[in-house]
Amino acid sequence: MRNRTLRKFIIVIIVVCAILIDFPILGELKQKLFQRDLNPVLGLDLRGGMQILLQSPEGYQIDQQTLQVASSILEKRSNALGVSEVVFQVAGDHYIVGEFPGLENIEDVIGVIKQTGLLEFVDVGQDFLEPGTIIQTDNTSNISSNTTITEEAENSADNEISPIDESTFKIYHTVIKGADLDSVIVTAPQNPSDGYAVAFKLKSDGAEKFAEHTRNNIGQLLAIVLDHEVISTPVIRQAIEGGEGTISGSGENAFTFDQANNLRITLFYGTLPVSLEIAESRVVGPTLGQDSLNKSLIAGAIGFLIVSLFMMIYYRVPGVVAIISILVFGLVTYAIYLILPVTLTLPGIAGFLLSVGSALDANILQFERLKEELRKGRNLAQATDLGWNRAWPSIRDSNLATIITSAILFWFGSTFGASIVKGFALTLALGVGISLFTALFVTRTLLNAIIGWFSKADMTRWFGI
Amino acid sequence: MKLNILGKRYFFFMLSLILIIPGLVIISIHGLPLSIDFKGGSLVEIQFNKNVPTMEDVLEIYGEAGIVDAQVQYSVSGTNTITVIKSSSLTQDQHSAILDRFRSDYDKDLIERRFDTVGPSISKSVTQRALLAIGVAALAVIIYITIAFRGIAHAFRYGVCAIIAMLHDILIVISLGAIGAQLFGWQMDSLFLTALLTVIGFSTQDKIVVFDRIRENAPILRRVPFEKIVNHSIVQSLQRSINTQLMTVEFLLLALALFGGETLREMCIMLLVGLLSGTYSSIFIAAPILVVWENKEWKTWFRNPRTYQV
Repeated sequence: MRNRTLRKFIIVIIVVCAILIDFPILGELKQKLFQRDLNPVLGLDLRGGMQILLQSPEGYQIDQQTLQVASSILEKRSNALGVSEVVFQVAGDHYIVGEFPGLENIEDVIGVIKQTGLLEFVDVGQDFLEPGTIIQTDNTSNISSNTTITEEAENSADNEISPIDESTFKIYHTVIKGADLDSVIVTAPQNPSDGYAVAFKLKSDGAEKFAEHTRNNIGQLLAIVLDHEVISTPVIRQAIEGGEGTISGSGENAFTFDQANNLRITLFYGTLPVSLEIAESRVVGPTLGQDSLNKSLIAGAIGFLIVSLFMMIYYRVPGVVAIISILVFGLVTYAIYLILPVTLTLPGIAGFLLSVGSALDANILQFERLKEELRKGRNLAQATDLGWNRAWPSIRDSNLATIITSAILFWFGSTFGASIVKGFALTLALGVGISLFTALFVTRTLLNAIIGWFSKADMTRWFGI
Repeated sequence: MKLNILGKRYFFFMLSLILIIPGLVIISIHGLPLSIDFKGGSLVEIQFNKNVPTMEDVLEIYGEAGIVDAQVQYSVSGTNTITVIKSSSLTQDQHSAILDRFRSDYDKDLIERRFDTVGPSISKSVTQRALLAIGVAALAVIIYITIAFRGIAHAFRYGVCAIIAMLHDILIVISLGAIGAQLFGWQMDSLFLTALLTVIGFSTQDKIVVFDRIRENAPILRRVPFEKIVNHSIVQSLQRSINTQLMTVEFLLLALALFGGETLREMCIMLLVGLLSGTYSSIFIAAPILVVWENKEWKTWFRNPRTYQV
């Protein structure tokens, strides 16, 4: 039957792919294909680190967008701290969850939240800097008011022809800082062809410095830099006297209202657009995490061994088929964890183990039906097909119900920032989904493939009837 | 096998009540001890390698930092003693002051394994949302079962019975939690919530497998009384229930409970009991309630059955 050959073919392809992804073969090819290392992502509870839940003080109404802005500002600042893989995520209407792998000192985190965003207008001469470039300025380098360095920086800025990768090592001169800003507003386009613009007003001493600089540097570029990251690099078109100016894009770079408004928020608040306090913090030492991981792995192996023994003794040949099917299930699930990637946490492992239970259940349901049909005197081929047809509705409906429940739990976990529930629901739903696949394809196809090997006389011995 | 499970249905209902009521009584007297996950506070877990401070010492050090409600627990992990201290929320300064004292007076190489602080405002919303999530999930399951069973009479009842049995399983786990809290000092934390959610998910899965047999048998055995169909279906799926639940899922959990480390132990025990209850209630609660509903037996509950029989 073509259908069966096709099934076998699909199974082989999937298993081979899963093995290639799961094990450290193919090295660099995989890295290129997925644009990153395919290593298991361990949650904080398994590798140690800190999780914090930030909350706006009660009674404040904040919109989703503001939280999003705050979250991305926090992430940029943390990465500037040199802590790797920090993730900030908005959770629901009030929370931002921050995860700091490997970090144990809560003071560092508080520093990130308290830090006011550092806004600078930086003289970059003729260097056009792409938004996102990280630069050094004399304002934040330790040599605070060392004029020689400043001049050097200015000179080198004038002479070089803007190689962007080198610009990160240059020290630019800061003209004015965010503290000099008095107010910032978004202004509507003057002509329909223009974009929106951001108008700002400076305090008096800032205005003087700014006027002097713009007077002497017409035609040069002036970068707007937040937390060392270039936001935009407008050209000084004319001297800006009186401390009022606008930032606008032109032509294709004209600002939409949202872009202008985001820039306004960044400029004006510099600091976070909402005030946040730490509502919850959890620190897991690295030893506890490693300990838990090792123990759960050992426990999983022992559990699987016992279950395999039981399946082989009770169901004989089908039992072996079930074990192979569960192994395929494990390979595919792990491969998907790596691809997505799924962050593995302790509850996530619990969810995975339960989905193993669910995959086993799908096998057991089939085998019980198979036995029933064999007892009724059907031959093996008939019994396998009939058994499958009878078992399928219950496998499908029970698993779909679990997937529905998991989906709701996942939603609950992500809106509330309860990452425990979220991780659990995700691995459970994935596992149950994959177990439907292994039940549908692997167990059934394998059984069909091998029943030809056994005669009716063998049934008692090999099928446990 | 000629088991008459349904004939003893009121016995099984009573058995479940006997298991659930003590827990509920304990809750009504003592309440459920909520962990800092739900009521706010701080938890510090320290591994002392050499000198372990006594409970009085810890309380004194906390007292000096201005915290008077600390509770201390010790547990042994390998050759080390783990000290767990729960208290109201610590500020960063209090936390470092306390750790400095421990380092200078007892063990300068101590390892801080965990430090959790949860603000009080979190607790209210987590409970509300968890209830909401469970409610929505229950509704979705009822709708799904009604659709999946639309081929047979009263499909809606199957969904409702599955949810009633699910509530039974939740109550069993909560009751266990309350008893564990009194005997072993368990606290209801976020892992407890995870266990509860798992039980909910698996409970309905198991019910559907048993109901599926009824769905299959009902059109074939049209002339047989409903009660007999249900009993027959339960007996048919009994082997599968035993093999799936007891032999596989429970083995996995048992392995996890025994070897899986302390973090997971309480959760595994909850899951062991909860999933067992899930299988039990498919057979002894959900399916029998279907029969009670079909026969509308509540009409005779408070009547002398004899007057009815004449």
